[in-house]
Parts: sequence; C-alpha cells; structure tokens
Amino acid sequence: MAEVKLRKVVKYYDDVEAVRGIDLDIAHHEFVVLVGPSGCGKSTTLRMIAGLEDISGGEILIGGDVVNDVPPKDRDIAMVFQNYALYPHMSVSQNMSFGLRLKKYPKDEIKRRVDEAARILDITELLDRKPKALSGGQRQRVAMGRAIVRNPKVFLFDEPLSNLDAKLRVQMRTEIKKVHQQVRTTTVYVTHDQVEAMTLADRVVVMNKGVIEQVGSPQELYHNPKTRFVAGFIGSPAMNFIPCRLENGGDDLNVRLTDGITFKVPPQRAAHYKANARDGKLLLGLRPEHITEAGPHLEPGEIPFDAQLDVTEPMGMETLVYFPLNGTQVCGRVNPNAGARDGAPMKLAANLNNMHLIDEATGRVI
Amino acid sequence: MTATSASADLALPRNPKHGSMSRDRAWALRWSYVFLILFVIFFLLPPVYMLITSLKTSQEISAATNPWWVFRPTLDNYIELLSSPMYLTFFRNSALVSVFVVIITMLIAIPAAFALSRMKFWGSATLATGVFLTYLIPDTLLFLPLFKMFAIFNELTGIQLINKWYVLLIVYPTLTVPFCTWIMIGYFASIPKELDEAALIDGASYFQTLTKIFVPVALPGIIAATIFAFTVSWAQFLYPLAFTTSTDQLVLPVGIITTLIKGDVFNWGQIMTGALLGAAPPLIIYAFLMDYYIAGLTAGATKG
Amino acid sequence: MVDATLRSPAIPAVASPRKAKSSLRRAMGRKSTIAFLMALPLILLITVLVLYPALYSLYLATLNKGMTRFVGFGNFQFLFKRETFWMVVQQSCIFAITAVIFKAIIGFIIAHLVHNIPDKGQRKWRGMLLVPWVIPPAMSCLAWLWLFDPSYSAFNWLLSFINVGPIPWTGDAYWARFSVILVNVWIGSPFFMIMYLAALKSVPEQLYEAAAIDGANWWQRMWYVTLPMMRNIIAITALFSLIVTFANFDIVQILTDGGPIDKTHVFATWAFRVGIRSVDIPQGAAVSLFMVPILAVAAVIILRDITKRGNEA
Repeated sequence: MAEVKLRKVVKYYDDVEAVRGIDLDIAHHEFVVLVGPSGCGKSTTLRMIAGLEDISGGEILIGGDVVNDVPPKDRDIAMVFQNYALYPHMSVSQNMSFGLRLKKYPKDEIKRRVDEAARILDITELLDRKPKALSGGQRQRVAMGRAIVRNPKVFLFDEPLSNLDAKLRVQMRTEIKKVHQQVRTTTVYVTHDQVEAMTLADRVVVMNKGVIEQVGSPQELYHNPKTRFVAGFIGSPAMNFIPCRLENGGDDLNVRLTDGITFKVPPQRAAHYKANARDGKLLLGLRPEHITEAGPHLEPGEIPFDAQLDVTEPMGMETLVYFPLNGTQVCGRVNPNAGARDGAPMKLAANLNNMHLIDEATGRVI
Repeated sequence: MTATSASADLALPRNPKHGSMSRDRAWALRWSYVFLILFVIFFLLPPVYMLITSLKTSQEISAATNPWWVFRPTLDNYIELLSSPMYLTFFRNSALVSVFVVIITMLIAIPAAFALSRMKFWGSATLATGVFLTYLIPDTLLFLPLFKMFAIFNELTGIQLINKWYVLLIVYPTLTVPFCTWIMIGYFASIPKELDEAALIDGASYFQTLTKIFVPVALPGIIAATIFAFTVSWAQFLYPLAFTTSTDQLVLPVGIITTLIKGDVFNWGQIMTGALLGAAPPLIIYAFLMDYYIAGLTAGATKG
Repeated sequence: MVDATLRSPAIPAVASPRKAKSSLRRAMGRKSTIAFLMALPLILLITVLVLYPALYSLYLATLNKGMTRFVGFGNFQFLFKRETFWMVVQQSCIFAITAVIFKAIIGFIIAHLVHNIPDKGQRKWRGMLLVPWVIPPAMSCLAWLWLFDPSYSAFNWLLSFINVGPIPWTGDAYWARFSVILVNVWIGSPFFMIMYLAALKSVPEQLYEAAAIDGANWWQRMWYVTLPMMRNIIAITALFSLIVTFANFDIVQILTDGGPIDKTHVFATWAFRVGIRSVDIPQGAAVSLFMVPILAVAAVIILRDITKRGNEA
C-alpha cells in the first residue's frame, strides 16, 4: 500500500514559516493536486514529501512508515521537475535507467522496464537521443518515463507543465491522466493552474499562505467552496464578490447591495442564512455563469436587473460582459446573440440559486 | 586613434541620400580590415621572426644580411636541439611537471568547487572569497618565503626539495588551483539545482552526483580549467628560476635561457628554435581548443 | 540548495521534536563534514602554501641577512636610504600604469575592430590576435631580446632604410624602459581584446537600434550605450591586469635583467636580485612586500564588485 500521510507538517526557512501545520491523507492509487498561488507552500510541501527539504516539524508517512529522516533515495518515490531536470549528457534511455543502474538492477530487467515505460509514453523511437534533440513535450515524456521505470510508491510532480506552451500543456495534461489510469501509482501533483488541478485531480488541495484552505473533489470545490479564497481561486473567470448586507423583509430574506439594488434570497437558502449569518459586512459571491441575459421566462431564483456595460469580450460560444455594480467590476456570461455591446445598457439576470454569502471579516463562506 | 578613423565615416552627419549609409559601412569595414592587418603583423612579428631565425645557420645570422629573409633554409637547429639530451631533459621535465600539476589541480579544484557551490558548510562563503583573493596574490610575493620554507623543511626532515624538479609540483598548484576552483564554481553554479535533486532521488551519493552528473555536464569548464592549468605550468618562469639550478632539473623556459645563453655568446639560431619548440605545446592546444581556451580566459571575470 | 538554508526552527516541532531535530542535525552535520573534507585539500593548499608564506615573508623581512637576529624595521630603513629602491618604486609604477593604459586602449580598439567585421570572419582574426598571450612570456621575450639585439636588431635593420637609428633598444635607460613596456603591451593587449570583445558581444543589439532610432550618432552610442554596459568588465580587467603587471617578473628579467644600471628594475626583479642572487632573503622579502599595498587596493575593489555580483546571482 502506498498511501501518504502528512501530520501537522511545518516548515521554517530561518524565521519565515513557509508551511504552517498541514494535515493530509492521500489514499493508495489516488491522484491529489496541490494548488495555490506562488509562495503558498505547495512546492515546499511536495519537496518535503520527496525528502529534498528537511521537515521542521510534524511527520510524513509513506506507506505507513515515518520518513522524516529517510533520504530521498530510500523513500521509494519518483519526481518530475518543472524544468524536467534531464541529465543533458545521457541519452533518453540512460536518463530513464540512471536510478536503476545506481541500484545495480540486472541489465535485462532495466531494459524491460525502460521499454515498457517507453511504450506507455510512446517514446520508443527517441530512446537513443540526447535531451537536447527533444522538443518540450518529448522532454516532458522522458521525465515521466524516468519516474515510471522506477515503479515507485509515489509519483511527485512539481509544476511539470508550466514550461510548455498552452496547446501542448492541454495535450500533456490528458497524457498524464492517461498514464495515471494505466499505472495507478499514488500521485501528488503541484500546480498553480486551477484548470490543471480541476481536470487532473481525484481530490484537489487548495493551499494559501502555508495552510490548507480546503480539500475536496473538483466539483465540491467548485460548487461548495468553504472560503472566499477557494471561491475566488477556483473557476475562470473568477467569482464576483459584491459587498452587500442581509435584510429581513417579513418572510423574505433580501440581499441588499449598498447602491440600492436588492435581490431576494431563494427560500431553500434563506433558512440556512437566517440561522448562520451575522450582522457584519458580507460579500455576495456569484459566478459569471450565474449572471446571464434576462430571458422572457425567468426561473425561480433568477432576478433581473439593469446594467450599464463597460466592456464586452466575445469568446465565440459566449460573450463576457463587464459592468460596474455596487462599486466593483462584475463579470457575466451572456449568449453571443443577446446583443451585448460596449457601453450599452443591458438587462441581465442573476441566478441566486447558486449564490454564496461570505463573511468579509473571516473570509468564510456561510 | 585607429577607432576614430575607422568609424569617422559613421560619425559624419547622416546624408539623406539613400545608399550613403551602406557606403559608410563599407568604408568602415575596409578601414577595420586595414587596421586589423596592421595589428596582426605587430602581434605575429616575434613568433614569425623566431621561425625565420630558427631556419638559419649561424653563419647566415652573423653575416648581417636581410634578417627578415632566409637565404639558405636549414633544419640543422631543430635536428641538433632534438638530439641534444639536455634539451630533451628540459622538455621532459616541463611535460612531467605540467601533466602532474594538471592532475593535482583537478583533483583539488573539482571536489572543492563542488563542495563550495552545492554543499555549503560553515565558512564556505568566506572560503570561496578567499579562493579568489588567493588568485590575486602573485608568485613574486611568495617565492622568497617559500624558498626559505623549503630550506627549513630540508633541515628538519632531511628531504631535499630545492633544486629538484618535483618541488614545482608543490608550488605550481598555488597558481593554478585558486583560479580553476573559481571558474569551476562558476560552471557548477550554472547547473540547475533540480539536476542534483533528480540525482538524489535516483539514489546517487554526493560522490556519484559529482562524478556521474557534474563532471560530465561541466566538461567544457573542466577542459577550460585543464588548459589554463597546463599553460600556466608550462609557462611559469620565476619559481623554476629560483628553485632549480642543476641542468638535469630545469624546465624548458629556464633551461633555454640558462644553458643556451653562454656568457655573451648567444647562439640565436638554437635559442629561437628552442623557444619556438617551447611555445609549441600551448600553441597547439590553443589551435585545436581555441573556444575552450577563450572560455577559460573570460570565465574568471564574467562568471564570478 | 537542498537543505542548506535550513536553520533550527524557532518554535519546537509538534510531533517528537527532539528525535526529528537531532537526527536532522546529524544528517546536516554529515553533509557539511563531507563538504568540508572535499574542500580540505584546497584549504590546506591555501593555508600552507599561500597564507603562511605571505605572513612568513612579513616575519622574514624583520631579520638580518643571516636570518639570525631580529632587526625590526631595519631592512625597510635601509631600503629607504638606497637610491636604487626609489628608482624601483618609480619604475614599477611607470611600468605598470603605462602598460595597463596602453593595453586597455589597444585592447579596446582591437575589440571594436573585430566586432566591426562580419561574424563569420571574427573567429579567424581573434585566433591570430590572441597568439602573443598564448606563447609563454619567457619564450616570446627571447624573440624580443633577439629583435632588440644591439648589433643584429632586425628593427634597426628596417629603420636604417629610413635613416633612423640604430636605436639602443635595451642599452639606453629610456629606450630600455620603453622596450619593456612595449613587450608587456604586446603580451597583454590580446587579453584585454578578448575580455572587451566578450563584453561588446553581451550588449544587446536592440539597445543600439533603440539609440539609433533616438537619433544617437556613433560617439553618442559609444558614450551612452557601449561604455556604460562595458564599465564593469573594463574596470575588472584593468585592475586584474594592474595586479599582474605590477608583479611582473619575466619580461624585465629576460629583456634587461634590470639594466642598464638598475634603471629598469621593478619590485619583482629587484627582489629576485637581492633575495636569490645576493642571498639576502630578508631584504628581498622587504622589497617584495612593497607590492602589497597597491595589490591590496586593487583586490579590495575587485572583491567588492565580485561580492556585489555574487549577491545578485
């Protein structure tokens, strides 16, 4: 079994606390993505799992054993680096077999494993080339091949796609997912790109400022973010946050924006908010796809309002519209045929069935 | 003054007519070649004159004919020198010293550079700076105290170092090791950190990381450092002049100067032949490995 | 660096802090021990064969000729009273400063000339122009000695056609001073050329294009783009060369042996004459120690630049 457990893991650089007590259980065969902005401690966490950084406090367990003091080579892990870290003087097959050769594996076993990995990654014809003669995507495959041949308990990926151009990145993303489906090795993957995280992960770990904000499946994070940070980080374009207050209007609960617009909270949400919301300043969180053009038939929870558009961005299948609302710039996604034009007024509808209310002071989603 | 004339055309006010700019360029280029040719003549004059003289007989040299022309070329000087046991001894001593010094230098400099660039330890930053400062301490400051130290060493242990060619194996590394370490630190520092981390995960020890990853990857730097160490050892003049006197212990530069110049009788044909042969090894290395040679030359200031 | 930046945590670790910390420290200790051992030969070499002799020469300079008695500053006082010493001081400074200035100017000019011509021809020219630097100085000085020969000088033979000379290249004090500087410039200019050429190549072409669009002429481009971009290399190379030239031995020793009548002696050759030839090691050590102040100044300036760049890296 190759599960990875982090117990209150802490990392200091001098006096700076880079990782501030992380608890995480990664199951056998699971693909977990650590995601967050730069400096959030995700890479440091990965490097502590790899053994490239000492652990200042807490414990890391791989396959049930505490590995705090185990050198990287004895942790039975493999790592893919952002710049691939291929040995430039070795051919592809030598690169892939370096670790096995150091461990004095028999020659035919090494060859069998290299061929197998090359077949999985479709790089058989590149085996005799030097890294210099490879394209970015090919280097990426070789770096993965080097990890696969070791047949380790855990794969560690440190932003492996960020050196590739956009198109290749999408392609390699699928590739990595396919490889994981074949080899099923427990994987910890670090990225700053939330799309990569969402598409690859069984579970996503969102980190910020050295702590875990939320752990969950991509769908869970998208629909039920627990903090303002997660709500804003996951999804593109990002969720809109509009300052607001809650108002009791008889049986109804209303979200009142400071410039006078009021949205009625749908009943199934109202009860929850009544029980939990405090009086302080609140933020209304609404994803752009929940602000659309107001059609002739409004569903329950959809509330029409007038907006004065600043800028429109036609994307083809949809058009993004930006308009000021309550002093902030708000983004909505409308049908390209809805007639949105720069600087023109437009009738929009907010779908409050998917609203979030955030306590501005604590940053928690209510 | 040459630069002004070479580029004066470019500095002229721009002529609005088309084509004037390319005409300026053509003239600048032409003047560049003219001055380059003059400089090359100045720079190559002494070695060419060595060659001319080395092909002359003593009679022709003393005949006061045109010194820049060989009327009766002969290889006698070469034959005589290359069959002289004494000259061959000088050559052998020089070769032995240089080769051993290169080996010693690399054995000291490469592990030290690896430790200093990758495995910081207490005082390692100071040491790196110290290495550089050491490079700035000239041989002319150290030869007297070293001479005295070797004399005292002889009194204490009975081991004679002065006037043995191998004493140079002890002192030459002080000239080569600091610079080679310094440029190797630069080369090692340019290797991405992820490469040794990958090696670490692959299970390589520090020593294996050095020998299997760093040395092959930094090979151009090692070649440059080797060339530097070799040429410095081959050309060094003060230490052998101060520390060795017996004919059979001399290296080439000192040997030629002390034995071929006999009192006031200069046998210029042979001296020039000996000097040319002595200059040959560095020149040959330079001819074949010019890029590495230049890389080593510029590395000290640009990598540091 | 894998774990070099790690310090003991300010706050104790949560789970089994003592165990984790002690084994961690052990691992780090092991690593720095290995590193120290790898650097040990270097440390020994520097300490025993460079630092110790450097300090030892300070001690030696305070002994009498037989090295039996402490004489304090006696050797220095004796030097100050000798006219030759002051001549050596003067000649060393003239020699080093003049030579470095000319090397820098000629190197700068040639670097520009080479930079000026099409790329594919540059290698060939650079190759030929570096030859003086490659030939061991002792060997090329012999060629110069022969070119300067009092009776057979090939230069004088050429000059006789325009009714000049014969010039006493090494026989007259002023000409001898000129000659040793000339040879030094001949040997050293290629080094400057290579350094300056490397610096020129590192100036991005766009800067020149931008300057040209801004209407800068050749001189303005040189003054506002080239020189500022090369400033570091120019300074470092000149200081390096100043150190090496100031401590130069080979050229003067072979060409003039300090003559005529000690007029061309520099610190190095005079220290050799006094220390080895006249077997007065303390006096020779005292002479060579006078190189230290100027070397130290140059070294400090270089070092400041190196550490500055080291911090940026």
